[in-house]
Amino acid sequence: MIAHYGYRDASGEYFVSIDAALCTGCAECVAACPRQAMEMTTILVGLDDKSVAAVRESSRKELRHVCGACDHRGGTPCQAACGPKAVGVTWKPL
Amino acid sequence: MADREYWRWSEVRQVLPGRDWKGAKAVTAGIDVGSVGSKAVVMLDGAIGSWAIMRTGFNSPDSAQQVLGRALEGTGLAASDIHYVVGTGYGRVNVPMAKKTVTEISCHARGANHIWGKSVRTILDVGGQDIKAIRVDEAGNVVSFLMNDKCAAGTGRGMEVIADLLAVPIDELGELSLKVDQDPAPVNCTCVVFAKSEAVALLRKGWSKEKVLAAYCAAMAVRMHSLLSRVGVEREFAVTGGQSRNSGIVTRLERTLGFPRLPAADVAAGLDPMLAGAIGAALYAKAFHEKAAKG
Repeated sequence: MIAHYGYRDASGEYFVSIDAALCTGCAECVAACPRQAMEMTTILVGLDDKSVAAVRESSRKELRHVCGACDHRGGTPCQAACGPKAVGVTWKPL
Repeated sequence: MADREYWRWSEVRQVLPGRDWKGAKAVTAGIDVGSVGSKAVVMLDGAIGSWAIMRTGFNSPDSAQQVLGRALEGTGLAASDIHYVVGTGYGRVNVPMAKKTVTEISCHARGANHIWGKSVRTILDVGGQDIKAIRVDEAGNVVSFLMNDKCAAGTGRGMEVIADLLAVPIDELGELSLKVDQDPAPVNCTCVVFAKSEAVALLRKGWSKEKVLAAYCAAMAVRMHSLLSRVGVEREFAVTGGQSRNSGIVTRLERTLGFPRLPAADVAAGLDPMLAGAIGAALYAKAFHEKAAKG
């Protein structure tokens, strides 16, 4: 399951995506984010709970600014911290 | 002029005929406390027995209790007779009788699978305050979803504001918007606050109510299409949530996509698209109940 958090508006396109199938729940991305925009959440896989990374609700509508703090030319800190490559970041101001 | 509340949609309930309320092995319930509407579905061994839809008050726990109480009226059962309750929706953490909470994404996916069957691949849930695009597999499991957009633009709350401004009952708004010869350009801004001032400006320019509604519904359809394009639209496609009732938006969205949504389900049997989240929650409740019974 891939969760897309973010939005597209007149100023551009801003998304952080988490692939729950790849996420191991290690929370390294949560620790790596300089803006504390990530948190752990519980989802259902079949009938079992699984702890996975997510974007904090308070940050979801502000990703242009929140993710603007990081350098997007290489990988962002959250992506670099993720061993299984479960984190995807789209930050495209027009 | 303010003697009528045009934004107010009707609260409804139903107890399905011919159900065995005493003999069911698993009585489960799903309560979906949304930002604008609260929905409850009571299931008897996985079949819908009764349901209710009400406005969410300012107090989520009260809303949850009231809507479940409404659904149980005339069934002879009390809330304490239900084996397992699952809470979902925006206010899910405030459903006091829920043994477990499940995200509305999972519940809508499961509910849509129950309503329309395994062919559903893409679900657009247009609720009171946000829109969600969900891709599902044939078992009703979530493949991917887009949870949140920037604001309440293009949602039920926005339509309530427009209904009030134009003095058109909210349940007639969609049909009225389709009574134009040709769609005008969409309004620039579907923002709930700015839409009101833009609509007033259009009325001043001499536009008819129908034309203003058409421009507003068209703008919402554009926005929904943009959201869907992020997760990708695969057929079959279905719309859930309160705005599934708004033909003005859904018809325009179908035009933009180039294909229709799945036809209206068997509403008389309780398979109402507005109940998708609560139906999914009640099905999860049954699964959790059976899992717990097995130990």
